[in-house]
Amino acid sequence: MQPFDHVSATSAAAAVELLQQGGPSGARVIAGGTDLISLMRDRIQSPRLLVNILPAAAALRYLRFEADGALRVGALATLADIERDPHIAARLPILTQAVRDAATPQLRAMATAAGNLMQRPRCWYYRGEFPCWLKGGDECFARDGENKYHAIFGASPCVAVHPSDLAPVLVALDAELTIAGPGGSARTLPVERFFAPPTDDERIEYRLQPGEVVSEIRVPAQPAGARGAYVKVMDRQAWAFALVSVAAQLSERDGVVERARLALGGVANVPWRVAAVEDLLTGQRLTPALAAQAAERALENAHPLTHNGYKVPMARAAIRRALLAAAGQEE
Amino acid sequence: MPNAPSQSPDAAPTAAPHRTVHLTVNGIAHEIEVETRRTLLDALRADLHLTGAKPGCGMGDCGACTVLIEGEAVYSCLTLAVACEGRAITTIEGLSSSDGELDPVQSAFIAHDALQCGFCTPGQVLAMKALLARNPHPSDDEIARAMSGNLCRCGAYPKILAAGRALAGHPS
Repeated sequence: MQPFDHVSATSAAAAVELLQQGGPSGARVIAGGTDLISLMRDRIQSPRLLVNILPAAAALRYLRFEADGALRVGALATLADIERDPHIAARLPILTQAVRDAATPQLRAMATAAGNLMQRPRCWYYRGEFPCWLKGGDECFARDGENKYHAIFGASPCVAVHPSDLAPVLVALDAELTIAGPGGSARTLPVERFFAPPTDDERIEYRLQPGEVVSEIRVPAQPAGARGAYVKVMDRQAWAFALVSVAAQLSERDGVVERARLALGGVANVPWRVAAVEDLLTGQRLTPALAAQAAERALENAHPLTHNGYKVPMARAAIRRALLAAAGQEE
Repeated sequence: MPNAPSQSPDAAPTAAPHRTVHLTVNGIAHEIEVETRRTLLDALRADLHLTGAKPGCGMGDCGACTVLIEGEAVYSCLTLAVACEGRAITTIEGLSSSDGELDPVQSAFIAHDALQCGFCTPGQVLAMKALLARNPHPSDDEIARAMSGNLCRCGAYPKILAAGRALAGHPS
């Protein structure tokens, strides 16, 4: 690890201020650090100033249901906090499912909800000693190289996939972020729009302006009777990133789907929302046949690489399973 | 000004910055001077000479470095020492009593032969300890899940689970 300076912030506003002192590119917020320390150790990132935001836990580590049913997740709530919360298990079990199979107990105890959204891809070219495009190089080595864990959707020059389990679920729940910025400003942004595939100008999977700090994740009240399911396919039963994951959230009335959300993980640079399938499901009765049709539609535009064609049928199966589980039916 | 960057903005640090950190480790208060980039694992091993927590993968994959911070099992290789200011840390050295009597988790590991080389054992014991503190009677599935962040290359897993079952009060 390169040397760096280290300061502590006791609030989001203090972190914003300290980030500005660190200069335009050299300062980073650190919370659980489970990803950032690895990146720094491998010298993939070498910030000159770390702003430790954990001392702001008194203000930013909470899980609260509002009177209207919305859930507010403080940026510093850990994945373990979410996993162990009985109210979330009862009212938003899809969120419990999302964190339960993420990483390991130790990592869940350290990793924060906001940090989880900002973790970088696990692509071995990005993590290894390759001057890959995402690190500022000219070429994505995975595109024609070892790409069995890589993307089947998207048009970014980078074919790494987003590793978060939380992200697709938050997209399916229409969650929003509150982001603190310079001068005491704050803005809200749908989680879906927080993510954007890396471009030549911004080689990163999320969009924060310099000096901004995520302070809260807000999950709006879901329609009465809404149900969801998160299906994560792994190559072993523990401590694995999703090969493919599916977050499905359905609201039904009289057996007919009124509103559907479907977001996939492990298939693109960002959580991959499939609006065409949401439209297909709306107004229909969810049957195994409709779930199968939805799964076909969702993968229609997939373009697998040389070694990840298996993800296409895997994603179809996971979508069928998630939709039927969300509708309270077993496949 | 402990909370202000010691460099002017965007100036390259001329020397690795240091900080004074206060830790309570196994009930004993310590004040140590560390480089900001020192991990908790290195601080425990090199500064406090507590070598029970082991360096394994160095990237949060293996669990050999597991310690308890405020009772929660974490990977000390991914934790900066400077981020532990004021925290209470338990390492394997802190589990047995001062007269040498072993913790029940340690005794169960011995009784069930739940180790071979022993390299991963301090981390395994502390992960089990954190589980039982939260959930004294875990199910088999809960034990397996709680231990999923600790690898054992000797493959002692069935016996580690057996130790966990005994501690949870399940018939063997």
